[in-house]
Amino acid sequence: MALPTYASPLERVWHYTYLVICGLIFFFLIAPIVVIIPLSFNTEPYFTFTEKMLSLDPEGYSMRWYDSLLTFGMTAPDGPRDAGWWADAWANAKWVKAAKNSIIIGFFSTLLATVLGTLAALGLSRPEMPFRRPIMAILISPMIVPLIITATGMFFFYSNPCELLGLVGLPTNCGRLAGTYPGVILAHATLGIPFVIITVTATLVGFDQSLNRAAASLGANPRTTFFRVTMPLILPGVISGALFAFVTSFDEVVAVLFIAGPEQQTIPRQMWNGIREQISPAILAVATLLVLFSIALLTTVELLRRRSERIRGVTPQ
Amino acid sequence: MANASDPQAAISAAAAPAGPLTTADGKPLAWSLARSQARAKRRAFLLVLPLLAFILITFVVPIGQMLQRSFYNDGFSANMPEISQWFAENPRGTEPDDAAWTALANDLLASAEARSIGVVGTRINYDVPGTRSLFTSTGRKVRRGIEPPYREALLEMDEEWGDPRIWSAMREASQPVTSNFYLAAVDRTRADDGSIEQVEPRQRIYVMLFMRTFWLSALITVLTFLLGFPVAHLLATLPMRKSNLLMILVLLPFWTSLLVRTTSWMVLLQQQGVINDILVWMGVIGGGQRLQMIYNQTGTIIAMTHILLPFMILPLYSVMRTINPSYVRAARSLGATSWTAFRRIYFPQTLPGLGAGALLVFILAVGYYITPALVGGSSGQLISNMIALHMTDTLNWSMAAALAALLLGSVLLLYWLYDKLVGVDNLKLG
Repeated sequence: MALPTYASPLERVWHYTYLVICGLIFFFLIAPIVVIIPLSFNTEPYFTFTEKMLSLDPEGYSMRWYDSLLTFGMTAPDGPRDAGWWADAWANAKWVKAAKNSIIIGFFSTLLATVLGTLAALGLSRPEMPFRRPIMAILISPMIVPLIITATGMFFFYSNPCELLGLVGLPTNCGRLAGTYPGVILAHATLGIPFVIITVTATLVGFDQSLNRAAASLGANPRTTFFRVTMPLILPGVISGALFAFVTSFDEVVAVLFIAGPEQQTIPRQMWNGIREQISPAILAVATLLVLFSIALLTTVELLRRRSERIRGVTPQ
Repeated sequence: MANASDPQAAISAAAAPAGPLTTADGKPLAWSLARSQARAKRRAFLLVLPLLAFILITFVVPIGQMLQRSFYNDGFSANMPEISQWFAENPRGTEPDDAAWTALANDLLASAEARSIGVVGTRINYDVPGTRSLFTSTGRKVRRGIEPPYREALLEMDEEWGDPRIWSAMREASQPVTSNFYLAAVDRTRADDGSIEQVEPRQRIYVMLFMRTFWLSALITVLTFLLGFPVAHLLATLPMRKSNLLMILVLLPFWTSLLVRTTSWMVLLQQQGVINDILVWMGVIGGGQRLQMIYNQTGTIIAMTHILLPFMILPLYSVMRTINPSYVRAARSLGATSWTAFRRIYFPQTLPGLGAGALLVFILAVGYYITPALVGGSSGQLISNMIALHMTDTLNWSMAAALAALLLGSVLLLYWLYDKLVGVDNLKLG
């Protein structure tokens, strides 16, 4: 915002004050995220900058907390770092296990949420869709309903998913979903779906329906039309929706607390334990890795958004 | 001859053929159109159907099932049928007679043998704390043998059976459908004569907790507005290239894990943390008077404001982008001061974004669980934390469900308002 030439001195003072205020707010937004990065290299188990760190002494910095991420939970952490040591870390280290779980659960829940969500978004974007608004409101609600309520509901439902079948006289015992991978995956898919719906419907707003009709008039069947015409155009939106769903799962802890068993510990669950019991700088090392991960995701989403705008001919003003 | 060459007549003859309009294959046009529209509707609906079914089964039904526990608990009535029957036949205030004691002894025996006495005790324990063991220990003794007269026999085993509070609690529990958990959730209880009264002042916690949740959420909404408005305005008025760069500073926190952001605040706000160190180093406070900024309400407010700020900035920004700057210029040219132009011209145009952002932040804040649990201490806990406590520690699931129902009710009301004012299809992410 440029200052007009006719601005009075008072307005000039206010304008610069305003810029300073904005700068401080940006600082408030970003500083807490940035500050943990140097702290994660602390040699001492403290959460503040030591004298040595401030004087930029290399001795004040170390990788010990990153190392502890690998060794924590290993059977023989002190042995020589040969192939056997790495195999041990891969199989037993708690954070490595948690990372594997997070990725497996995140991948499958994203897949489920993206397929179902994209199909539904295609239907919701058609002008002839009946009851559009109430259905949309239901599909978005997992994002709005407090997580603790969703998680408690799932806790009961997943411990005996067939209980309601008793109402129609069917057997009510069909195993548990709580404490299993499919259970956590289904729960995370539910939580990720609103994000897919929102991003994909937003992409479809600018979608020219006559392209579909043109394809049909040229003899393409609905399947071909979808995969050759619609899909390439909405793909950027679908991918960003999928990334949102993945992040939701990757960051989710409440549902995991209530329905996951000891085998399904994810990174956030492991962090939750670490923070509640005894917070050590190892948590900051994980946090730093997660910040780098979110920077990578943010960059991808921004690039996709620009690509999508270019494809659809929406140029930024 | 004149008729045959009359163009008017020829046109009207072609435009109005005999009978209704038909399509190429001879079907009536109206019927054909209706059929194709119905087919299009069905196709659109079929695309949505799998997801709708998925959400209904994995989300709506579980929550409904959970909420059912808030007014339905048959832990006592299903396992103690005879005494429940006696309560149904005798009005409130009747002294337990021989029939009642016999029924009680029979039920206790049957329940102890069916190993359901723990469930029964848990149900009564909700109303009269510390009575679960009364049921389990009496159950053990009854199984060893009990002789009439039952009144004396039971009182011999434990004189607490004579306590009218136990009998009153059993009467309440003898109906599986109950409003008692909702009464408890608003700090009310049913007196012995059936009237509704407030619980003792020491036990009035839930209303206070609801008030605190709403008050803190409102405060956080106002704070995000105060911090978000200038930033959104700056982003909306800068040239696109610069604002895209600055936007990263808003989006990065948005994409960063909630636990990471909460951890950062724990690190910053601790007594031995970075902020206190800086304050001591600057000499603002002495080394011995480090501020307690975490594990209390301050911690919850600061961390939640930071976490929810992007949800305020993004809707404000997208509305401010569309505001035409020439309105403000016109106001200035007509003699308005910059403050008047802002207050009368610019600000009213930002209201849709403000409404959307404020409602979204408030809705999310009311249900927050993780951040208060980690940085809130005891004074910064919200209603969600109480629900979690009842779910995992006290195991009073019916109470958790009643609190959840009240919280869900208020959130859904706000969501409905959001849908009316903003529309769920206008929700935007980044």
